[in-house]
Amino acid sequence: MEALILTIIATSIPLLLAATGELIAEKSGVLNLGVEGMMLSGAVGALGAVLWLENPYYGIIAGALSGIFMASIFSVFTINFMTNQVATGLGLTIFATGLTGLAGAPLVGKTIPSLPKIEIYLLSDVPLIGSIFFKQDFVAYLSIAIIIFISFFLKYLKSGIILRAVGDDHQSAHSVGYPVKKIRWYATCFGGMCAGIGGAYIPLVLTPHWSEGMTAGRGWIALALVVFASWIPWRIIVGALIFGGITIAQLVGQARGWPIPSQLLSMMPYIATIFALTMISGRLTKNNSVVPSSLGKPFFDNK
Amino acid sequence: MITFIPRDKVSKNWLIIAPILSIVFTIFFGLLIFTFLGYNPVETLYQIFVSPFSRIDRISDILVKACPLIIIGTGLMLCFKSNVWNIGAEGQFIMGALLAGFIALSFPNIETKFFLLITIIAGFVGGALWAFIPAILKTKLNVNEILVSLMLVYVAMLFIDFIVRGPLRDPMSFGFPLSKPYPEGALINKIPFPGIGFLGQLHYGIFFVFLLIPLSWIFVNKTLSGFKINVLGSAPQAAKFAGFKQDSITITVLLLSGGLAGVAGVIEVSANIGQLQPEVSFGYGFTAIIVAFLGRLNPVGILFAGIIIATVKLGADNAQMTMGIPKVVTGLFEGILLFFLLTGETLQKYKVKWSKGKK
Repeated sequence: MEALILTIIATSIPLLLAATGELIAEKSGVLNLGVEGMMLSGAVGALGAVLWLENPYYGIIAGALSGIFMASIFSVFTINFMTNQVATGLGLTIFATGLTGLAGAPLVGKTIPSLPKIEIYLLSDVPLIGSIFFKQDFVAYLSIAIIIFISFFLKYLKSGIILRAVGDDHQSAHSVGYPVKKIRWYATCFGGMCAGIGGAYIPLVLTPHWSEGMTAGRGWIALALVVFASWIPWRIIVGALIFGGITIAQLVGQARGWPIPSQLLSMMPYIATIFALTMISGRLTKNNSVVPSSLGKPFFDNK
Repeated sequence: MITFIPRDKVSKNWLIIAPILSIVFTIFFGLLIFTFLGYNPVETLYQIFVSPFSRIDRISDILVKACPLIIIGTGLMLCFKSNVWNIGAEGQFIMGALLAGFIALSFPNIETKFFLLITIIAGFVGGALWAFIPAILKTKLNVNEILVSLMLVYVAMLFIDFIVRGPLRDPMSFGFPLSKPYPEGALINKIPFPGIGFLGQLHYGIFFVFLLIPLSWIFVNKTLSGFKINVLGSAPQAAKFAGFKQDSITITVLLLSGGLAGVAGVIEVSANIGQLQPEVSFGYGFTAIIVAFLGRLNPVGILFAGIIIATVKLGADNAQMTMGIPKVVTGLFEGILLFFLLTGETLQKYKVKWSKGKK
């Protein structure tokens, strides 16, 4: 039971991080469909760095940097050259699939050490709760810290409120004097960083070796999670855990030989995503205020 | 410092220049990346862009590879024109191939080639039904069609895997996940050339492309539905005032593009594989997105774009065989190409002004 919960948590962390990053980008009005690509580059970056420097912590940094790198490509085109965000995001994922395939080719067949667990003094000894909450790896703590910070940031910090203003009405934000493009750049790069770390977590903890397209659609599920959470940070935790649970449930089902074909079990996370989107989207039409109004629209400053 | 100034009219010159410049830039950046990663850039360039033209049978293989890309790309063109983002063509391709395959395998002794018409219609229906899911969710419940259509790709991949390993597996396949071979009536033959024989894999399926391109051109440019699609994409407000039903357009373009992807699936399997197997697509549905954009969402453009992208795909196959470069590298080119093409679209609408210093 305890092991099961721990696996579910581990499975949901990449989703959690990527979705949180995307939430910030979307709050600033940028719809980045390249999450899958940024996660892939985070994964390959982390693998490369750990093989080279032999320390899993460098994997986190490398993952973050790879994600930021990808996000800045996206930013140059969508924010500065005002290209269509949907198409550019698709392009980013296609580009990253190719680039990581090329960069990952020499890494095939090599295994990396996994990220160590950090035990918090005394607390980690509490039965059940201890090992779930206080005996996690660095990234798990980090992702919770990021969620808490983001909730606080969007609600109470001036910069967070400006970010939301930029996402809700970029023309007004611009006329009040806020640097729309700069803010969107930062938000997108933050999204890239989170997606990169989320991607890095996959080889660092879940499967310690490279395979092409190893994120297996997690980036897209993360995008769906943002909608599912209706752009409210803490709900991402709930969503990510549900999806982690479904993913693990189908693995457990396959291992225990449930009388359902394995392929049909493997469909569950994807079908659940469609189902969740359907449940939430119907409600969103009635209450549109949660969706950033300028989401996906390019900003042109008449200078 | 670069600043953009809106143009009064969309620049016609850029319509032509932008794709060409994009290709040049893409090759340049591709080379840069190859050099950086330690591959011989000249050799790579030769393998990817020149080697596919080195023999006549290779040239005909370009056409074979371009065939599904052009068919899917034409369907996607309708979606993208009306701002509907169907990125699940890969799944629609698979489901089309699967439904047609199911019909074909149900008549194991059929020989008449008229049967192909039925399998192609089945393919259209299979693909269209798969696209109907995002269509109905989008129009009735405002569910994002991008995510739904993409999720359905994964579902379709797993589903065909299940079918060919389970219900439709050939008991004589020695444990391989393969269906029985298609009956003669469901196969698309290669084209025989008098005196030469066959040219590579060139098959009768490409006639469908020759039929589709003019038809889709007429549909887009000369019919009321085509006009509505254009208006909806370029001026959604005007479309609203004119009373065009956005939902019915959304459903129409999704069904058409799903159906065409399904037909591409039938042609691909009937001509090149001849039975069902777990992998029937090889990413055509995703690549066709790039084809649609490179072709400037225009049927004739898509014809050329399909050929260009097919060349790169074949070239990448060659590069994998001779240089050990992973095949996914085409994604690199496709991604960069898309970035520059989209930038080209901006340049159509805005003039660039260079000014010295900061602002």
